[in-house]
Amino acid sequence: MPYDNQPEYDRLVFELSSPGREAFSLPEPDVPVEGARARIPAGYLRREPAALPEVSELDVVRHYSRLSQMNYGIDTHFYPLGSCTMKYNPRINEDMARLPGFGRLHPLTPAPHAQGALALMHRLAGMLAEISGMDAVSLQPAAGAQGEMAGVLMIRAYHAARGERRTKVLVPDSAHGTNPATTALAGYEVIEVKSTPSGEVEVDDLERHLGPDVAAFMITVPNTLGNFEPRIVEITERCHAHGAQVYMDGANLNAILGITRPGDLGFDVCHFNLHKTFTTPHGGGGPGAGPVGVKAHLEPFLPVPVVTKDGERYGLDWKRPKSIGKLHGFWGNVGMLVRAYAYIRTMGAEGLRAVSDNAVLNANYVMKRLEGHYDVAAAGPCMHECVLSARRQKKHGVSAMDVAKRLLDLGFYAPSTYFPLIVEEALMVEPTETESKETLDAFCDAMIRIAREAETDVSVIHAAPTTTPVRRLDQARAAREPSLRWRPEA
Amino acid sequence: MRVGITAFAQEQLGDVVFVELPKVGARVTAHQAFGVVESVKAVSDLFAPVTGEVVEVNPELASKPEIVNQDPYGKGWMLVVQPADPGEWDGLLTSQQYEEFLAQDAH
Repeated sequence: MPYDNQPEYDRLVFELSSPGREAFSLPEPDVPVEGARARIPAGYLRREPAALPEVSELDVVRHYSRLSQMNYGIDTHFYPLGSCTMKYNPRINEDMARLPGFGRLHPLTPAPHAQGALALMHRLAGMLAEISGMDAVSLQPAAGAQGEMAGVLMIRAYHAARGERRTKVLVPDSAHGTNPATTALAGYEVIEVKSTPSGEVEVDDLERHLGPDVAAFMITVPNTLGNFEPRIVEITERCHAHGAQVYMDGANLNAILGITRPGDLGFDVCHFNLHKTFTTPHGGGGPGAGPVGVKAHLEPFLPVPVVTKDGERYGLDWKRPKSIGKLHGFWGNVGMLVRAYAYIRTMGAEGLRAVSDNAVLNANYVMKRLEGHYDVAAAGPCMHECVLSARRQKKHGVSAMDVAKRLLDLGFYAPSTYFPLIVEEALMVEPTETESKETLDAFCDAMIRIAREAETDVSVIHAAPTTTPVRRLDQARAAREPSLRWRPEA
Repeated sequence: MRVGITAFAQEQLGDVVFVELPKVGARVTAHQAFGVVESVKAVSDLFAPVTGEVVEVNPELASKPEIVNQDPYGKGWMLVVQPADPGEWDGLLTSQQYEEFLAQDAH
């Protein structure tokens, strides 16, 4: 059924409001009622009642059901968002997370009564360490950016413990925006390192910047142009020669599971996005989880508490004097840890290797089918994502943004646009391993159709999207004059 | 010296939605970031062409960032800088020289 069968419920819940309409009725109390207002100091009382919507229960149900039908997600459509790994979230993960021993466990349950959850966390940390070639893993960070923050703070604590004053962190110009943001927030000066046209680190430029004041180099592998960094071992060795630590942004881990390991490439720290690589919900279905792994020399600095195993008993170790401290309420987003654990156990080592093989194969299939129609940012073969450019279409007045909008009409979510920043009119496609050849073909057919339209019928592209609940939004005006709350019409 | 971004830069950035500038009296250093320009596409550093002191900041940009797009070489100016070394002028390109540079780079 089309989503537009109930436009009545397109309105905001406030606009559905009718004075006096209620979603509940309670029996008269049979005990004396004491007015709560009389017990609360006048300064804390509202002068007038809150303007809450007055709607029936059925209105509420229809309103939110309709909103859910307008949702676009991996459960309904292909979602080729580059660098974000929007892959299928297997339902068995949800079953496992709802087992009462996990789903109904109170976060303040003492360790002796939460052995199952602690055992799972201990094992998951061990599995992530094995997958990444790291020595120890903290599961606490709530997302990739917080994993980065934890990693950079540990690097800072490590240098401080050695009595070294290092003030700069190097970041490639192709980096995810979170890398320089994290670094600046941790108190470091961010220095940009140049990339070659194919998105690789310009090693000479890196060498120029390395020195006794550099604390770390942060880099995404494979890089954001979807290519494996061919000189990565040389890069980590050069950094270490200058006493700098090397951080791997794990956003693109989906490309290398079981193929290579950050620890073996010389990295000292890396984070994992469980909501990307390890199939926990990504986006509105979150929250996320961004565990961080370190080599042994950084282990004393891990966030507290660390899950420990003593014989068959699991516990929480808070006595870690060098720790950077606590990062998250309770023990992290434990429900996500259960899902990631379930995924790793379901797939097994060979299965995870097949994930990366197929993710890389799918991206190369898309790149090959589209390379005659769009410019390719860096010559392939690529890893798990490919970066195209709408440079050619721009000559006909069609930008990457226009291509993205037109794709919505053709039934696909848009790839990442205008990232990485070093590619003009970038369109970054990450199909993931979970899509069939039929879906990839349908997506490529749509992209090819748009490339043809750019040459023959630009108006249909510029009018897009026409099939979505809202048409093309005025992004500039939305950013300049944000309308952040509903107000009743005067 | 009046400082802003080029017509090419504003065209590449797309609609500018926010400009963050230093205060009057701040020092800027040649080739280093002095502020930030945010467009619907990306957030980018603004680089100083010369070293010197900020003596004036365009007050209009806070409420009307779109004038950077409309008139980058006129009303969309960002700072007036008193250069520490007036000789730094000589190292800069004119807008015409810059366009020639871009044309060479475009193939």
